[in-house]
Amino acid sequence: MSDLAMGLSSAVGLERPDDSGKRSDEQILEAVGRGNDDALGVLYDRFGRVAYGLAYRILRDQSLAEDAVQEAFLAVWRSADAYKRERAKPSTWILTVVHRRSVDLVRREERRRGEPLEAAPEPTSGPADEDASLRDQRVAVQAALSELPGDQRQALELAYYGGLTQSQLAERLGVPLGTIKSRMFAGLGRLRELLATEV
Amino acid sequence: MTLMAEFEIHELAAPYALDALDSEDRWTYERHLDTCDLCREEVAALREIATNLAYGVEGKEPPADLRARIVAAAREEPRSATVLPMRQRRWMLPATAAAAAAAACAAVGLGLWANTLRDAPTRVVAMEGGGSLIVSGNQATLVACVKAPPAGKTYEAWVIENGVTRPAALFAGGCQHVVLDKPVQSGTSVAVTLEAAGGVEAPTGVALMSADV
Repeated sequence: MSDLAMGLSSAVGLERPDDSGKRSDEQILEAVGRGNDDALGVLYDRFGRVAYGLAYRILRDQSLAEDAVQEAFLAVWRSADAYKRERAKPSTWILTVVHRRSVDLVRREERRRGEPLEAAPEPTSGPADEDASLRDQRVAVQAALSELPGDQRQALELAYYGGLTQSQLAERLGVPLGTIKSRMFAGLGRLRELLATEV
Repeated sequence: MTLMAEFEIHELAAPYALDALDSEDRWTYERHLDTCDLCREEVAALREIATNLAYGVEGKEPPADLRARIVAAAREEPRSATVLPMRQRRWMLPATAAAAAAAACAAVGLGLWANTLRDAPTRVVAMEGGGSLIVSGNQATLVACVKAPPAGKTYEAWVIENGVTRPAALFAGGCQHVVLDKPVQSGTSVAVTLEAAGGVEAPTGVALMSADV
């Protein structure tokens, strides 16, 4: 597609649904920002499965995970026109919204119930029809996590997947808050190195 | 945490990127981000790494109808809610001194309200654009430091629920804690716009601050 055609179709939004495969995530998000609800569906097609997997891992409850994903996509719908391309990739931005919504929900539920949500059994493998590139990414991230020093891995997993605050982590692990912050920082730094070498 | 030394706040980048701060620390750190370009860059980089973890989850299939539900819900959202995007995010706190004043003010506000709201569990919700909401039961109090509105204008707070936007308070410049006169609950959004003095029945301006309760 020429730059001119790209600019024109970008200006009018997603006129033809079958054109969506050629669009970058940024272009889809811009169409969402112009109020194009078909584009929101395309965004869900691209990130819905990862979003739901993440929300379910944190919330361990199907109905809460659905709420988290729906609220997150509606938050994206409302604020897509304010999305700043230079601040984050669309995938990072969307999954950050999903993560935060899930973490906020799990904390609210646990406060309300006065106890941690019940742990759900972990599936041993992805869905049978899992997209090959998603499977490859999952294997790469799990391999990188397994390479981290145990205390760093534990800090990242309990925070990111468990929804624990840094203070809850310090209390649970019986270490000073400063140690938790250091483990998180070092863990993210090491994860970046490991993922860079695997790509 | 109400007061935080400058050197301590920089240590919060990694926990923030992992969403591992409680609401109050998150609010404080986000006010710091408004004034620190370097910190925003650092957080963006850390977020990028942290988001890889989302791809490490053993996938669970979402319900087949979730996509349709999301698109239908988006279609039903009235433009009155969606015309409240953040366009002036840094309009309110251009200088570090102003941010410090805001933080100090909020600390006073939070302290005051913590004392009066002991009976109900209280949450602090950071608002996009600045300020925060203190939510206790179904009552919300908006805490923010804002510039004086232009002549003939007022700040107006809105409670948006089930697609209905209702006026909830008027306020002027300075450091404020404003009790909203409409109840809030999970799923409610709160936004602030600049409107004609005396207030209006439906928002006409863009949202200067907004939050989902």
